Amino acid sequence: MRVPLSWLREYVDLPAGETGRDVAARLVRAGLEVETVEQLGADLKGPLVVGEVLSIDELSGFKKPIRHCFVNVGTANGTGEPQEIVCGATNFAVGDKVVVVLPGAVLPGPFPIAARQTYGHTSAGMICSARELGMGDDHNGIIVLESHHEPGTDAVELLQLVDEVLDIAVTPDRGYCLSMRGVAREAAAAYGLPLADPALLDVPPANSYGYPVKVADPAGCDRFVARTVTGVEPSARTPIWMQRRLQKAGIRPISLTVDITNYVMLEVGQPLHAYDRNRVDGPIQVRRAEEGEILTTLDGVKRKLSAEDLLICDNSGPIGLAGVMGGATTEILDPVLDPETGLVTGSTEVIVEAAHFDPIAVARTAKRHKLPSEASKRFERGVDPEAARAAAQRAVDLLVLIAGGTAEAGVTDIAAPHPVRTISIAADLPDRVAGTEYGRETVTRRLQEIGCGVVGADTLEVTPPSWRPDLTDPYDLAEEVIRLEGYDNVPARMPTVPPGRGLSEAQRFHRRVGVALAGAGYVEINAYPFLGEAAFDGLGLDKDDRRRRTVKLVNPLNDEEPALRTTLLPGLLGALRRNIGRGNTDLALFETGTVFLPKDELKVAPRLPVDRRPSDTEIAELNAALPHQPRRVAVALAGERLPSGWWGKGSGAVWADAIEAGRTVAAAAGVELTVRQAQYAPWHPGRCAELLVGDVVVGHAGELHPRVIKALHLPERTSVMELDLDLVFEDGRRVSGPAVSAYPVATQDVALIVDSSVPAAEVEAALREGAGELLEAIRLFDVFTGEQAGEGKKSLAYTLRFRAADRTLTADEATAAREAAVALAGSRTGATLRG
Amino acid sequence: MSAPNKSYDPVEVEALKPEVVEQARDEAFAAFAAAASLEELKQAKVAHTGDRSPLALANREIGALPPHAKAAAGKLIGQARGAVNQALAKRQTELEAERDARVLVEEAVDVTLPYDRVPRGARHPLTTLAERIEDTFVAMGYEVASGPEVEAEWLNFDALNLHQDHPARSMQDTFFVQAPDGSADSGVVMRTQTSPVQIRTMLDRRPPLYAVSPGRVYRTDELDATHTPVFRQVEAIAVDEGITFADLKGTIEALVEKLIGTGLELRWRPSYFPFTEPSAEIDLQCFVCRGASVGNPDRPCRTCSSEGWIELGGCGVVNPRVLVAAGVDPDRYSGFAFGLGLERILMNRHNVADMRDMVEGDVRFTLPFGMEI
Repeated sequence: MRVPLSWLREYVDLPAGETGRDVAARLVRAGLEVETVEQLGADLKGPLVVGEVLSIDELSGFKKPIRHCFVNVGTANGTGEPQEIVCGATNFAVGDKVVVVLPGAVLPGPFPIAARQTYGHTSAGMICSARELGMGDDHNGIIVLESHHEPGTDAVELLQLVDEVLDIAVTPDRGYCLSMRGVAREAAAAYGLPLADPALLDVPPANSYGYPVKVADPAGCDRFVARTVTGVEPSARTPIWMQRRLQKAGIRPISLTVDITNYVMLEVGQPLHAYDRNRVDGPIQVRRAEEGEILTTLDGVKRKLSAEDLLICDNSGPIGLAGVMGGATTEILDPVLDPETGLVTGSTEVIVEAAHFDPIAVARTAKRHKLPSEASKRFERGVDPEAARAAAQRAVDLLVLIAGGTAEAGVTDIAAPHPVRTISIAADLPDRVAGTEYGRETVTRRLQEIGCGVVGADTLEVTPPSWRPDLTDPYDLAEEVIRLEGYDNVPARMPTVPPGRGLSEAQRFHRRVGVALAGAGYVEINAYPFLGEAAFDGLGLDKDDRRRRTVKLVNPLNDEEPALRTTLLPGLLGALRRNIGRGNTDLALFETGTVFLPKDELKVAPRLPVDRRPSDTEIAELNAALPHQPRRVAVALAGERLPSGWWGKGSGAVWADAIEAGRTVAAAAGVELTVRQAQYAPWHPGRCAELLVGDVVVGHAGELHPRVIKALHLPERTSVMELDLDLVFEDGRRVSGPAVSAYPVATQDVALIVDSSVPAAEVEAALREGAGELLEAIRLFDVFTGEQAGEGKKSLAYTLRFRAADRTLTADEATAAREAAVALAGSRTGATLRG
Repeated sequence: MSAPNKSYDPVEVEALKPEVVEQARDEAFAAFAAAASLEELKQAKVAHTGDRSPLALANREIGALPPHAKAAAGKLIGQARGAVNQALAKRQTELEAERDARVLVEEAVDVTLPYDRVPRGARHPLTTLAERIEDTFVAMGYEVASGPEVEAEWLNFDALNLHQDHPARSMQDTFFVQAPDGSADSGVVMRTQTSPVQIRTMLDRRPPLYAVSPGRVYRTDELDATHTPVFRQVEAIAVDEGITFADLKGTIEALVEKLIGTGLELRWRPSYFPFTEPSAEIDLQCFVCRGASVGNPDRPCRTCSSEGWIELGGCGVVNPRVLVAAGVDPDRYSGFAFGLGLERILMNRHNVADMRDMVEGDVRFTLPFGMEI
């Protein structure tokens, strides 16, 4: 809602020196979100005056029409002589009153005006268009004023060019603030000043000879006021003051009758609709649409209606979407000037509708037809049903006053009975909610200020005003009191929180994973979880790969990416590629986050009631409709893992780094990770490891498949790891401190020859088991293949460290243990000692 | 060597004459002083303190003296040998120090050589910022709660007093999850706020409840400098007997002081959220310009866009209807809740100008934030 300060002052006698910013600050503290305070005409400087066109000389020989004019500007130019002005507009005639800016003035821009030579003449000033004056975007020629204005009159004042406009974002609970009346009420309360309520008008009572209206759906329309005005003069123009107020409020002036309905809507918040009575066929009816009925709205769009749409109809069928937009067939005609006769034709007989529609019906219709309008915006948020009569009266008055119309005596007012709403509130409830003491008197006074009727002592019986449908329970009232008393005046206190338990083991684990990976040189990223089939194709997943089964969005941002991720890799590799594109070449990235895995059986989440706690069964039903959302971690590496430098050569990131990242995560969990050769997309079939904790596969790591690397334009040998953090985490894990032996260590090396296909992990496991409990540590220090190892063989060289807890080992003992280790490795894996 | 001889006159033994002993001693002193290296000193040592040195030889003569003369001679020789050894040790120390100094100079390196051999990593600042906020609350006794990102509509909307036709429900542009039949009627959305965690916390446990829950939330905004469809909120909720708006104010003031600093004004603007009543938006006085940029085009402030205030988030006293839906007795308990946007806090606290930097994962953005924020 855009609120011109000058207009606001009409209803609240704000202190003279109060600026827009001052008023905005007060309103903000009362809960209105004033987004901006616009300074209209801040850089405007006169002289800007009314001029009378004395002569027009059409110049020829130029690409566009140019007029050389003399304009009477009274004595505003200091000489009283006609002002010579060259003008490019053609929508004016000799005798017209126009707006002239004289040399020395500055127009908004800032755009300084000086006399200049142009098109062979002197142009000492300019005849102005609305846009040049900052009045709006209308640039259809210059402004032609009504003829009664005197040449030389100050046009800055006349056109009300200097003003401040408060732009207020109105929250859904404050529909009444979509009107000057509502904002003025808040301003009056904020300043403690009286309000001149524009809806306080004398309205004649309803009678039986008003325009016939039948409301078939009183639930959808609980109020319908219709008034009629005849003899409206189509040539009557919207006065400048009204045009300016509409423009400042952000509504484009159209024609007098339409402008009046818009003006009254802005003033009292009641959307009005004006029908050309001569185009309405018989009585007006309010009813729901029949499925498939057609209505052409006044924006020219033909709309197929749904049975839920609330309609205004006549004998011909639908003539309006109630509370949203009128129909084309009955709309007020734009005045048309017949150049031959000089006569203006247009609508002369007007029906004014001021109705109250069900907010939900209007909201659904506006949403269904994607047709948010000034009217629907107000009805959705709640319009004062008691303002309908006053609003209709105000429109009638203006049509009489400005448009020369005659009000007919008939008054239609159909009202569904409204129960009186009263709310009981303990007088100390605001105190208990805020944590301070207001006292009953303050509570009563504040509630009265917002228009409530209040009676009672310890318990107050409160009747909210008709324009506050949002006030429905005692807490709504408490909020009003607290907000009007000022949030600043509520004390600050700390609650007494019982001792907490700190972070859970799982939360601590998640932090450790991040710290461990960052400590290992990985940089964390956060990718979006949206993806499409292309991402899976890029990873080379089979058509029936489980990861292609996704949770899908109805309204994705990008139609190519309608699904939620089932793996972190696409997002991570996207970030990798973006970094490479920006010249960051040596990369180790990680991400932790959820993936979204559809359950085997897809269910719909029930819509449960909200007036009680759902049962445990119902909660389980909600959860059953949600996908599995396990937490994963993934890493991606490219370029050099350890850079080269003056110290020597570095090393490129390889499959082993990716697997090691898995071990880093496992170490953060305190569990042991085992590794098994595997084949799993998108990994290189020979360089893919399955990561296990116990018997459970928790993830995969290794080098990406060359085809994937090529398809995704990644650097060669790009390696990745992804594992499930939930599977790795064990709650309640506790390390037992080992007994550290102080006896000397006995070290023995063994070199074994095995088939190339034998995994090192198996050899090591056999050595460990065979060596028994004397073995303290084992370390593979060399691997080689080639002639020395033999065809199809590889050599694995280990250092075994033996130590006993209670004695110094003899060489024989250590040797026996080593031999046992080698023997088991031999029987398990075919390993033989290298000669 | 001569045998003991009573009549033997020590004076007659040339080597034990005091002037000879002194000469031998002085010669040793001179030799040591003249030694320019440890090697030369070693030779001088052998010459002047070794078995064949003059003083050693003289010492041997003492045994042949008559007992009455032994003491004097022994003292003479002993003193001389002591002085020689002392001189030797002193010179030895000097020469060793010289050698050490020389070697260490030779071994010197350029310690300014770069050594980025082990690359550094970093955690995302939004992660560490969330942890910092969690820690602040954990220190107050709160627990950290979490909930799913794909959430039931009932939890994201209905239970939070946003019924099906509530205008606020269309304000939040929600990603809807497809139902099994492909329609939008799955009853499941991507959560638009962390508030459903409030509900889950209340459904799970009985009051008193004090919980904080950071997490990712989703709205259908296109990514630009100030919007992202995926962003993070931190939600805090307290449900206990006698919780008031005053408790909310105190808690947020404490958080701001911890997180951003002291002495900054907070502005409490009444606002509207269906799940709280009363509701407020909290603005923090701009900690860069402290309001000096307002209406002052000569001193514009990038942090607050010269508005003097920075929007922190929304809060309020939990609407009793929300308590009812979550099974908490509103006559006995009350609560407060608030939600803060992490991206905005990061932008303000760390002068990040463009939201996209937080999203794109460029390592140059993240690395400077290190392990903690």
